[in-house]
Amino acid sequence: MDSQKKPTLKQGTDSKKSSRRKFLATGAAAAALGAVNTATAQPSAALGAVQTKSGQAATPETKSLAELVAYGERSQYVKSVRVPVDERPSPDEFGLTFHVLTPLLDRLGIITPSSLHFIGTHRGSITPNIDPKEHKLLIHGMVDRPLEFSMDDLRHFPSVSRVHFIKCLGNHSKAEGKTVQETHGLTSCSEWTGVLLSTLLKECGVQKGASWVVSEGAEEVKGAGSIRLAKAMDDCIVAYGQNGEAIRPQQGFPLRLVVPGFEGMYNTKWLRRTKVVDRYYMTYNDYGHISKDEEVAALTFQWGPKSVITFPSGGQKLPGPGVYQLAGLAWSGGGVVKRVEVSADGGQTWKDAEIRGMVHPKAHTRFGMDWKWDGRECVLQSRCTDELGQVQPSRAELAAFFKVQPDYYKTHGVQGSDNTIQPWRVASDGSVHNAI
Amino acid sequence: MRFSVAPAAVVLCLCCGIAAWAQSPTYGVGKTPTPQQIRAADITINPDGSNLPAGKGTAKEGAAIFAQKCVACHGENGYDGLAPMLIKPPAGFKSSTPCLSPCIGPGTVMALHAPYATVMWDFINRAMPFTQEGTLKPDEVYALTAFLLYRNGVIKEDEALDQNTLPEVKMPNHDGAAIPDWKPGMARPFPNKH
Repeated sequence: MDSQKKPTLKQGTDSKKSSRRKFLATGAAAAALGAVNTATAQPSAALGAVQTKSGQAATPETKSLAELVAYGERSQYVKSVRVPVDERPSPDEFGLTFHVLTPLLDRLGIITPSSLHFIGTHRGSITPNIDPKEHKLLIHGMVDRPLEFSMDDLRHFPSVSRVHFIKCLGNHSKAEGKTVQETHGLTSCSEWTGVLLSTLLKECGVQKGASWVVSEGAEEVKGAGSIRLAKAMDDCIVAYGQNGEAIRPQQGFPLRLVVPGFEGMYNTKWLRRTKVVDRYYMTYNDYGHISKDEEVAALTFQWGPKSVITFPSGGQKLPGPGVYQLAGLAWSGGGVVKRVEVSADGGQTWKDAEIRGMVHPKAHTRFGMDWKWDGRECVLQSRCTDELGQVQPSRAELAAFFKVQPDYYKTHGVQGSDNTIQPWRVASDGSVHNAI
Repeated sequence: MRFSVAPAAVVLCLCCGIAAWAQSPTYGVGKTPTPQQIRAADITINPDGSNLPAGKGTAKEGAAIFAQKCVACHGENGYDGLAPMLIKPPAGFKSSTPCLSPCIGPGTVMALHAPYATVMWDFINRAMPFTQEGTLKPDEVYALTAFLLYRNGVIKEDEALDQNTLPEVKMPNHDGAAIPDWKPGMARPFPNKH
């Protein structure tokens, strides 16, 4: 395989490593003390012997403080990491990144740290190394004025900052999924900053008869996806910012289309071209997501309401009976999460959970409640209701809708987009298991 | 006097404003590309074939190109490589490699699953071959499309494909998509309200 494409990204890490090695060779401790003295406002803290209340010595970080001052890193004690989906190692045999799961169980708010945002690519790709000075977005097709925008041009348009989740169609919970990372790790939530696609389309003047928009990335496979013009003119963002900084390369630097509430595939990364057309082109990426069955098809494009309990969740273990803070995330492509209910008896009775934190349309929303565990086996699950009145279905309810056996989804994948309820079984020893 | 003029002026301004909004750009930034630049950038092929480039190819020509540029990933037979299956394998064939996810297996081979032949042309043209994406000449893309369609039983071996015949190919899955409507604020048809 061509090795020319990967090193561009590697170079960054290599040079960092080499500077770290160089730094270590010149005497880490002395340099670290020096750096603290000059670079922080607390010189006394650097002189060692700082003790926490428990008596733990607050020794300096081992990393180059110059590096940490320039761009901060998390504590060495925080180990939360992404993992590739199990069916396909990432990078794969071809060096391509496919889908990588975010550690949903570790979320302490609604925002996914950019470094931990799940990764999904158009049928596998190499993350392109794009110079924003060279990057352009061309809008053409059924418009009065085809226009090409540089990144600087885009800053001339009014911008929006909105919190939205992006979630891959592949986020199907399966019985084999052990943890919430494995069952739900292809959803993430960020504050996206950029220009509304409708602003750019109005600037170009959309012609009568236009009905679809095909957007294309600049990666090597030039992944393309189609959305209806109605969605393009509604709330899509041509985003250059993610969580207060430039979008990360794995998320589409320097430009990505954010299609709020829709399947992840439509959120074209490395956006370079948008063509306004008068029919559904059904690109290579599109047709894998469509169905002949009208009922299944109607459940695609926009995500239904969904929620999942992240604590306690699969793979975790409760030390014993007691009162716990049950926690989870809910979201809906239909808008704002209005209500989350929790059942501790396998879905027979439900109790309202509290919405804890900020509530944005088409965004992760935290919920939680005091939950007393008496030490007996039980099945926990949550269900979400959104502002459209849509309620998250159980797998049995979905089976009834599609007229299959109630336990059909124990052994089969859910058709279309899966927004079914996730049950977790808490065993009497405190261990938590996937109870699909 | 002032009061009597003002409403008329406001109405006039509003009218101008609305007219301007619809017909002229508001921010005036961005470069106008030439028709040639748009043509070169536009690799999104209309299913009606209207923006296919001139060119021509047959399954026979495609077989030679396939052997040269595709077998390393897709296998000698087009179904026995690491990369997605391109040719439907004979019944009973067991792949020695796991089906990569998204699994392009016997049921979802592009020539059988894509709704339009133009989609195959479009994808081969933009995304293949691996590491040399976008280097195939139009004739080669027509030939490879013809080869894959022939080997999957969609067209005959001697049917040449060009910008006129390619959009005419009737794909096995041409009616394979129910296309849902979408409007802002629309609920999915399966909201079981409690």
